[in-house]
Amino acid sequence: MSTEAITYQARTGFTALQYGVCLKGIIWREGLRFLHQRERFVAALVRPLVWLFIFAAGFRQVLGLSIIPPYDTYILYEVYITPGLMLLIQLFNGMQSSLSMVYDREMGNMRTLLVSPLPRWFLLSSKLIAGMAVSLPQVYTFLAIAWFWEIEPPPIGYIAVLPALILCGLMLGALGMLLSSVSKQLENFAGAMNFVIFPMFFASSALYPLWRVREGSPWLYYVCELNPFTHAVELVRFALYGQVNWSSLAVVTGCTALFMVGAILAYDPSRGLLARRGEP
Amino acid sequence: MKAVEPPTLAIEGVSHRYGMRQALIDVTFSVPPSTFTVLLGLNGAGKSTLFSLTTRLYAIQHGRIRIFGHDIARQSSEALRMVGIVFQPRTLDIDLSVAQNLMYHAALHGIDKQTARARSNDVLARLHLLDRADDKVRNLSGGQTRQVEIARALLHWPRLLLLDEPTVGLDIKSRANILEHVRRMVEEGISVLWATHLIDEVTVDDHVILLHQGRVLAAGTAARIVELAGARDIRSAFIRLTQASEAADEVS
Repeated sequence: MSTEAITYQARTGFTALQYGVCLKGIIWREGLRFLHQRERFVAALVRPLVWLFIFAAGFRQVLGLSIIPPYDTYILYEVYITPGLMLLIQLFNGMQSSLSMVYDREMGNMRTLLVSPLPRWFLLSSKLIAGMAVSLPQVYTFLAIAWFWEIEPPPIGYIAVLPALILCGLMLGALGMLLSSVSKQLENFAGAMNFVIFPMFFASSALYPLWRVREGSPWLYYVCELNPFTHAVELVRFALYGQVNWSSLAVVTGCTALFMVGAILAYDPSRGLLARRGEP
Repeated sequence: MKAVEPPTLAIEGVSHRYGMRQALIDVTFSVPPSTFTVLLGLNGAGKSTLFSLTTRLYAIQHGRIRIFGHDIARQSSEALRMVGIVFQPRTLDIDLSVAQNLMYHAALHGIDKQTARARSNDVLARLHLLDRADDKVRNLSGGQTRQVEIARALLHWPRLLLLDEPTVGLDIKSRANILEHVRRMVEEGISVLWATHLIDEVTVDDHVILLHQGRVLAAGTAARIVELAGARDIRSAFIRLTQASEAADEVS
């Protein structure tokens, strides 16, 4: 070993380049793990495609849609549910990333991350960014396949939707991370995922417009309005047509910040829920 | 004037409890520079808790821990970059290769790719694992996995190496190899804190901290502890001191 290794020097702080190296490393590892789990990629695509090809085909005859923003003409039901299905991919991806955090905690791998000398808030934020980054190619692959199914948003929409997907991916990842901190075992978290994913997806504007929900059940309408997933869907829906839904943007931004702060606090050794249980 | 180097690791009055259970009680000791220090204790003595506190996995409830003068609670970044850690549970990603695990660790320390690759080759060569660099960790033996964890702990050039029961579950040859490698590192100037319950891993020259039921019963060279306990060897000294402690607890 070089003498540099054993020469005492008080090294303080990290450079921006070192932070960048760390972030890149965490994204790289998340990407590698994703590539090793090909079934996960296939499942991530099959799930929304089943909804699009089978469910939507059946429902298009039953569910009439009036002209609602951002659409300026009558649209196919398949077109309507596409943003919700894009978010479904991100929702599952966020939960899957968090599931792997619980797995890493059980297997001990999580310690590698948490004993890094870089600040813990940065490590957890990087982990979130990595999880979100993995969701993006999945969503775009889905959009590419959907294009052959006459889901053809304007070309600008493919670019305009990217920031919305980044924000929504962070929000859903942070929610998953927060949930993973309160789940002690892998099995518990896998169960808890069902209690989060399905209510979030169904009690939202992903499958039907909210005016339709209000006609059927006023209280459910309010639940949908309070559901951050509704706002994520609307943010993506508008972005896909090159528009901004400002109220949805505000809600999604607020929820992302809230969930991220909650997750970082939960993983803080002095304050977090994990510390109270006596585990890393 | 030459600056005085701060102590490698200083544990000062550390107590820790999980709910009603007291895991550590006023633990105080230090690891002298360039020594092989053994933290000796039975399962449940508090060794892993102490490691978790030293690496800031848990927040310190009472007392203070300093690494080369850096308070782990207040200057955790400065402290943690001086430390290499091998935890008791295996912490490598078994689906990644040996090299990929090392590169990931290097990134977590902000070490760029080129430097990381050079260091990775260097530490793997030292531990005779260079030919396994591209193998997935799941295909390695228990001993090799531990060696990779040690290689990983050395990647950022730490000055203090913490190893929590690194030889548990390994065969005699693997244990001997790991011990030999780690003892050689002490000669190169790295301080080592080696937690174990295996008394045969202690030699007479080692600095020993005897931890029992969350308390430090004795600290010093193994030879000194044997002498103080009036025993014939470290095994007898360990039994004598722990029994005396338990008897005292029963009386109180």
